[in-house]
Amino acid sequence: MYTQALNQADTGSKLVEDADKLARFEAKIDAEERIEPNDWMPEAYRRTLVRQISQHAHSEIVGMLPEGNWITRAPTLRRKAALIAKVQDEGGHGLYLYAAAETLGVSREELIDQLLSGRAKYSSIFNYPTLTWADIGCIGWLVDGAAIMNQIPLCRTSYGPYARAMIRICKEESFHQRQGYEIMLTLCRGSAEQKAMAQDALNRWWWPALMMFGPPDAASVHTEQSMRWKIKRFTNDALRQQFVDATVPQAHFLGLTIPDPDLRYDEASGHWRFGAIDWEEFRQVLAGNGPCNRERMEARRRAHEEGAWVREAALAHAAKRRARAAAKIAAE
Amino acid sequence: MTTIAITETPLVLSLLRLADTALVHSHRLSEWCGHAPMIEEDLALANLALDLLGQARALYTYAAEVEGAGRTEDDLAYLRDAPQYRNVLMAELPRGDFAFTILRGFLLSAWAHPFWQAATRSTDAQLAAIAAKAEKEAAYHVRHTGEWTIRLGDGTDESRRRMLAALEALWPYSGELFEADAADRAMIAAGVLPDPATIRPAWEATVTRVFDEALLPRPADGWMHTGGRSGRHTEHLGHMLAVMQHLQRAYPGCSW
Repeated sequence: MYTQALNQADTGSKLVEDADKLARFEAKIDAEERIEPNDWMPEAYRRTLVRQISQHAHSEIVGMLPEGNWITRAPTLRRKAALIAKVQDEGGHGLYLYAAAETLGVSREELIDQLLSGRAKYSSIFNYPTLTWADIGCIGWLVDGAAIMNQIPLCRTSYGPYARAMIRICKEESFHQRQGYEIMLTLCRGSAEQKAMAQDALNRWWWPALMMFGPPDAASVHTEQSMRWKIKRFTNDALRQQFVDATVPQAHFLGLTIPDPDLRYDEASGHWRFGAIDWEEFRQVLAGNGPCNRERMEARRRAHEEGAWVREAALAHAAKRRARAAAKIAAE
Repeated sequence: MTTIAITETPLVLSLLRLADTALVHSHRLSEWCGHAPMIEEDLALANLALDLLGQARALYTYAAEVEGAGRTEDDLAYLRDAPQYRNVLMAELPRGDFAFTILRGFLLSAWAHPFWQAATRSTDAQLAAIAAKAEKEAAYHVRHTGEWTIRLGDGTDESRRRMLAALEALWPYSGELFEADAADRAMIAAGVLPDPATIRPAWEATVTRVFDEALLPRPADGWMHTGGRSGRHTEHLGHMLAVMQHLQRAYPGCSW
């Protein structure tokens, strides 16, 4: 999920690129051909992709935490199995996205170091808490739903390894989205307390889900280059509108109220028009002031630090095995 | 709905012992999800947890069917309190560090693999079918946790120190895996369950092979803890169930 990295400017040095190579590269992009790891590419393209893919990978890994928060409290064995499998899928997405980023010449270790040191970002949405079981439903329905809107176009993104990773990820995300909606449906058909739980979760997740698409186009000048290189294919506002149009009828079917008094259907355009998004909240969450920024990073750092001895032992053991194998060959 | 009382015929009790051990161990493994030393282990430990959870669900469903009181897998998992749980104590100990989790997984799966292998020949067709699937999963669990036992035992000084500490803590819980009470003996006599005495040599062989390569000593069999299979647990299980059963207890009778 999570393309917020595409809203950042590329601040790298302006290298003088080979004009012929650049022309060939751009012709390939225009012809809808995929760029592959060994192809020449402009440095800014490479940097944008590393930033985007790694932020996407970080989002998957950090995203395991809010949902993992309910694994031990899932209300039935079936839900518990589905939730473990879902969080596991996210770890899997993180893993192959890191692998996709590695095709651009960075290592997973470097990227994780950037995350843990606070230099790399992850999606703002995971800085919100999961307070009740309904939040697990809302994350699947809204957060994975928003992620799918963002990611389906990425299946056709110009960089081959990223596009191919997205095809698999999208399939799994759409399964998660249906699971989440089914949790919401069960709650909404349940007791009054369960329905209230569902409404409360929607109230808390609706606006942060809309923010997942990033700042409005008018304030997001940096997407132009990414659009031209076909890394990104639709603007933030277009994707956000698509999400709202798809989601409002789903909320109505659940019998829930979208927490937006300005929401109305515009007959002329066929779109659901929504109220003003509180971009100050978005800015604050990105700046580290969301409800859970600190906990999320602490959890990741703790897992990394507490796991250091395990990774060291695995390397030490592998080195011992190599040395023994070499000694055996030498002795023969 | 409050806490339920199960009619524990020997078969129901045997199924609950296996199901509870699988569920409780699965729960402890699932606590790692998102917090493991590397992403590969987030995925692997979740896989082990899912396999065990699947086994538990099949066993609970069958136990409910045998009991014939119209209960579901969730009734059995969520509406019994700690004294009604029948898992071995080793499964419920807190997750500990990665060395503890790996060694527990190894000791339990080194028992589970020959147990399920033998249970594929059970006179009870349903149990034999569950065993056929569980046996394959347990073989993979032995391989994964066994490889890590070797890496950590023969890794760094730190990893070895941690493995020795885990071994000291876990070994006194291993005896319970091979106990047989009156209910077990009835099931063994009927050919439903394998005799633990016939499982033990395979367990010993696996432990010895892996410990030798891991440079870990096989501890002497001294005092062994017991009680889990008859409902006398450690302090830890109550806390685990308080978390696990929270929603079912706070909102009784709901569908989720």
